[in-house]
Amino acid sequence: MNIDASPPSTATPAVEVLSAEKTYPNGTQALLPVDLCIEEGEFVTLLGPSGCGKSTLLKMVAGLLEPTDGRLHLWRKPVAQLDESGKKMAFVFQSPTLMPWASVQTNVRLPLDLAGVARAEADARVSEALVLVGLSKFAKALPRALSGGMQMRVSIARGLVTQPDLLLMDEPFGALDEITRHKLDADLLDLWRKKKLTVIFVTHSIHEAVFLSSRVVMMAARPGRVVEEFHIDAPYPRTADFMVSPEFSRYAKQLQDSLLRASADSTEAFA
Amino acid sequence: MSTPFPSASAAVAEVPRAVPTPKKAAVRAKPVRQPLLRQPLLSQPRVQRVLYPLLVGLVLIALWQGLVTGLELPPYLVPSPLLMLETLISDWAPLGASLWVTIKITVLAFVAATIAGVLISFLFVQSKGIETALFPYAVLLQVTPIVAVAPLIIIWVKDPTASMVICAALVALFPIISNTTLGLRSIEPDLQSYFQLNRATRLQTLVRLRIPSALPYFFGGLRISSGLALIGAVVAEFVAGTGGSGAGLAYQILQAGFQLNIPRMFAALLLISLTGVGMFVLMAWLSRLALGSWHSSEITP
Repeated sequence: MNIDASPPSTATPAVEVLSAEKTYPNGTQALLPVDLCIEEGEFVTLLGPSGCGKSTLLKMVAGLLEPTDGRLHLWRKPVAQLDESGKKMAFVFQSPTLMPWASVQTNVRLPLDLAGVARAEADARVSEALVLVGLSKFAKALPRALSGGMQMRVSIARGLVTQPDLLLMDEPFGALDEITRHKLDADLLDLWRKKKLTVIFVTHSIHEAVFLSSRVVMMAARPGRVVEEFHIDAPYPRTADFMVSPEFSRYAKQLQDSLLRASADSTEAFA
Repeated sequence: MSTPFPSASAAVAEVPRAVPTPKKAAVRAKPVRQPLLRQPLLSQPRVQRVLYPLLVGLVLIALWQGLVTGLELPPYLVPSPLLMLETLISDWAPLGASLWVTIKITVLAFVAATIAGVLISFLFVQSKGIETALFPYAVLLQVTPIVAVAPLIIIWVKDPTASMVICAALVALFPIISNTTLGLRSIEPDLQSYFQLNRATRLQTLVRLRIPSALPYFFGGLRISSGLALIGAVVAEFVAGTGGSGAGLAYQILQAGFQLNIPRMFAALLLISLTGVGMFVLMAWLSRLALGSWHSSEITP
């Protein structure tokens, strides 16, 4: 594994993955041991082909999956004890995962309702979150009346309403058309900067990874593992111009080559 | 203040699938009635839905009346529809009283089966172990013919109404258990993960996620069970053979059979069928009321 030789930083680590690995009871190795440290305020993308364990890694960070071995810390505490550090985490799934019977407003209010936040305060925060994603006018609509992109915005609003410090996103825009995806990517970057979030973003799109990330973690499949890390040093805010710059192409080429190398390794390992 | 997700550009980038404002979106759930002038009355689906079956019914009744009159069939074999209607009116006093008894037993049994079925389903979804242990007995209950069990229940339970309600409820129970259990388990996995991530309690997950997800299945169960409750009630009445003030429609049919009063038998049959149709329509209406706005089964294209 190519551990990046970045200078030691004084920033607080938000996420520490300490030799965490996942093996399923039938012997399938979903993820070889991973070491990864993500600092507060980073935008890290997990990039790789299907089956490389990127979703598995994300779900372990969220606490949805237990590692077979190794540990995961959030703000230096085990994942299950995140509450003690006073930090919050939100997860955005690949599909909007909204409750079809509930209005946009009720859907966004769900995490607050579950946490027992008083109704008046909850409603105020829901309105704020809906303004943030530009859906204030649709508070009373049912999810089925909205387009796919708008449903995804509702899902993001639901993630933001708890004012999280860490945002985990599992291929959130994978099912959207490219135009909508670019739009949401740009909006997400604004939000990340404005709210000083730490984001872990899973994708299989090289372009999305280069556009969004401060760091890309390249993963490979069979068995799932981390192969390389890249720092994308282009300054923020990044605009559409960045996407047609030579710098962008260079980064994309680097990632592409790395991905090909990783795939070649996989084939060998498999054969 | 600049918002990261400005709504103006959002509207340009993503055209909403339905209509732009929530108010209109709500209206869309109940389809707007077509103006009468734009479409001829007969080509409106709404009118067709009522008219077509009605026409078939009228033709069948006319055919029946014609055959009975034409072939000069005696009323103790096949009464004409007109005679049936006359009997219904002239014998309304006993028939109406019996109708009330049958409806009472059916509704009580249906309500009891619904409550018991839902509670049992809640129990089943608490753990796979409980379901595995108990489900075979639910099946046993379902496959044992009620006609065979009814005499026993009638002996055990003194009160005739109560015994008949129990019989009918047993018949109606299974579809509610199996449908509701299936529904309570049919949760979108990611949504369940979301609840888990937010540390939702068992009760919160039940109330906010499992129950709403189960509603479409539950109402499907209700539709089946409403008919079964009526069948169970009629079977129980047959077996119990209770006369006097507690006589249901089945007793009227038995009596009419003994007396070869076939018109009255037909009139009682008609009342039973109408009761069943009424229950079904009521359930369909309830289902539409509960799911109409969001579930695909109830959304009119």
